[in-house]
Amino acid sequence: MPKAQLFLTCLGDQFYTGTLQNMTRLLEQLGVELVFPAAQTCCGQPLFNNGFEDKTRAVALNFMRAFNQSDAPIIGPSGSCVSMVKHHYPALFQVGTPEHALALDISSRIFEFTEYLVHVLQVTDVGASYPHKVTYHASCHYLREMGLKTEAKALIHAVKGLNFVPLNEEDTCCGFGGAFTVTYPEVSRSMMENKVRNVIASGADTVITCEPGCLMNIAGGLQKAGSSIRAMHIIDLLASH
Amino acid sequence: MSNTPTYIGFEEYSQHIPASIPAAVQQATSRFIVGRAARVAELPEWEQLRQAGSDIRLHTIENMDVYLAQFEEKVKAAGGHVHWAETAEDARQIVLEIAKTHHVKMAVKSKSMATEEINLNQALEAAGIEAIETDLGEYIIQIAGTGPSHILAPAVHLKKEEVAALFSKHLHMNAPDDPIELAQIARKTLREKFLAAEMGISGGNFLIAESGTLVLVTNEGNGRMCTTMPDLHVAVVGIDKIIPDWESLTVFLKLLARSATGQKLSTYTQFISGARRSEGEFGPNEFHIVLLDNGRSNILKDPIGREVFKCIRCGSCVNVCPVYKNVGGFAYGWFISGPIGAIFAPQMLGTQTARELPYASTLCGACADVCPVKIPIPTILRHLRRRVAQGDEFSKPSMPAPLQVTASLTSAALASHWVYRFGTRLLPLINPLFRHNNWLTNMPYPLSRWTKVRPLPAFGAHFRQWWKKRRTTK
Repeated sequence: MPKAQLFLTCLGDQFYTGTLQNMTRLLEQLGVELVFPAAQTCCGQPLFNNGFEDKTRAVALNFMRAFNQSDAPIIGPSGSCVSMVKHHYPALFQVGTPEHALALDISSRIFEFTEYLVHVLQVTDVGASYPHKVTYHASCHYLREMGLKTEAKALIHAVKGLNFVPLNEEDTCCGFGGAFTVTYPEVSRSMMENKVRNVIASGADTVITCEPGCLMNIAGGLQKAGSSIRAMHIIDLLASH
Repeated sequence: MSNTPTYIGFEEYSQHIPASIPAAVQQATSRFIVGRAARVAELPEWEQLRQAGSDIRLHTIENMDVYLAQFEEKVKAAGGHVHWAETAEDARQIVLEIAKTHHVKMAVKSKSMATEEINLNQALEAAGIEAIETDLGEYIIQIAGTGPSHILAPAVHLKKEEVAALFSKHLHMNAPDDPIELAQIARKTLREKFLAAEMGISGGNFLIAESGTLVLVTNEGNGRMCTTMPDLHVAVVGIDKIIPDWESLTVFLKLLARSATGQKLSTYTQFISGARRSEGEFGPNEFHIVLLDNGRSNILKDPIGREVFKCIRCGSCVNVCPVYKNVGGFAYGWFISGPIGAIFAPQMLGTQTARELPYASTLCGACADVCPVKIPIPTILRHLRRRVAQGDEFSKPSMPAPLQVTASLTSAALASHWVYRFGTRLLPLINPLFRHNNWLTNMPYPLSRWTKVRPLPAFGAHFRQWWKKRRTTK
């Protein structure tokens, strides 16, 4: 029986308890034995991406210690947070130090949720059913830093009753960008409104993304626009029956 | 627009952009993106070419002094004059001195970002020399009195109706809003200038060290006119444009036009090696090249930041940038805009002046995906953010103190799971104050900067309790 550790991500933790519960259930249904390291907080990306590399180290150390209680793989519901750990942690610590060795170890065993499903468990059909018109927003770090180009769509296409419609500018940033939303709110607004316009024009009643950040932004944008279109994390789609 | 600003306020500028600019920019850049994608798809070796381009550039960056010395020697051997300009002021003085010696009253210019960088037109005008831009886009913005809003297509922010209005006013005529007719009007007007000018000024796309050759990649033919009709040709080129040899050039020529405009090759590719050697040849009597440093040598000392000099000025990163597409070029407050401007300006002007620009990106990475020479733009943006936030050997930190304090507190809170968990228990308590259904609205600063754009989901970290309960009841 495969073992894995749950990585909530701080946005998932604060705003998407239901999605995290679905992630837990889905993985357990697929026979994964889960542990939840309670000492986890955030991966530190908000600090790292804003230039505070020195202030990121303490957060990264907390993460690495929390997940080093077990040598099981780590699974998170965000390509962006997983990429932070996978691609940027090793560069935070000096080569030759125990912290650097630990960062390399952690980096080698962290997976984004859909990546884990498709590549480790080799599952694309989880038995979900969702009789709706659905489109998909390809999140930037999920797509470009993690290189996950086909995984989400393979999972979406396996959902029964689902009618997939393409999204114009599918892989254009939605304007989230973490602190970018509050650093340049008006630019973020233009980008978000562009994304929302495309989602509405797709004719879908549901838009799927693999990122809590994009989800907050797009769902909020749809709400503000008075649209009834649902923005949904792919985990919640896969948990639908 | 001055290209030596004292402070660039991206947030402020981006809020005062007329709605017509993003509309015009999106229309034009979409065409570039489609064209580029079609040309790239035709070349199965595209990724190898990108890697070769990147490798050659990195090699040249590391050996720039050697290749520049070789270039100088070859230009001199071909009868050309080489001038070294350490600063923008040096470059302006060199060009003015050459103009004065030849009693120049009018100069025609081919598109050049180096002359934008040194504000050459203003200097020429102050010296009583008329400088005429002859690239159609540059001609339009010269009439409009603005700088370029795109590295490749300087007037991309203007619609044909706006160009017609500018021509009508400036040329005292009734110009139609038809692009072909507008180009004909410019062509006719500029033809007289080409014939009258005593000096032609150009930039340069590449400098080939092995033969001392200046390479110009253009589409309109004006570059040829500027560099052949007047008896005097002066090129102002940044030292970063140097490449080792002709073999290298073949790689860059394959990458450049495809990435820039979706062409296999631009309409004109000119190779200029020195001046006219005999009366039977065409071309100017005198050829001068001004090699511009203007801070580049200093940037070369930074192993991460210097990769900006791999740039071949194709503009593909600008075209795909979702931030650029929503604000246009003027929001960047400098003559190079978009992602490449956001990594160029803070290095050229300093992070005290341009500290907002490295943050003018969501780090989405679309730019790095298309860059034909694989400049790691998000990596350099993060590197420059580090310079702004923490400071490094190139600059003191320039981030305002309140943000520094916020970052320290955030770090302390996230590094301790006790503090973090205490926080997640407190946050839902503020929900009732701002709650409308499942959303929070009208929140106080700093979250107001989120909620003025879209509502925030209600706080509700309940996973931990759920997990604990589930384990104990199982």
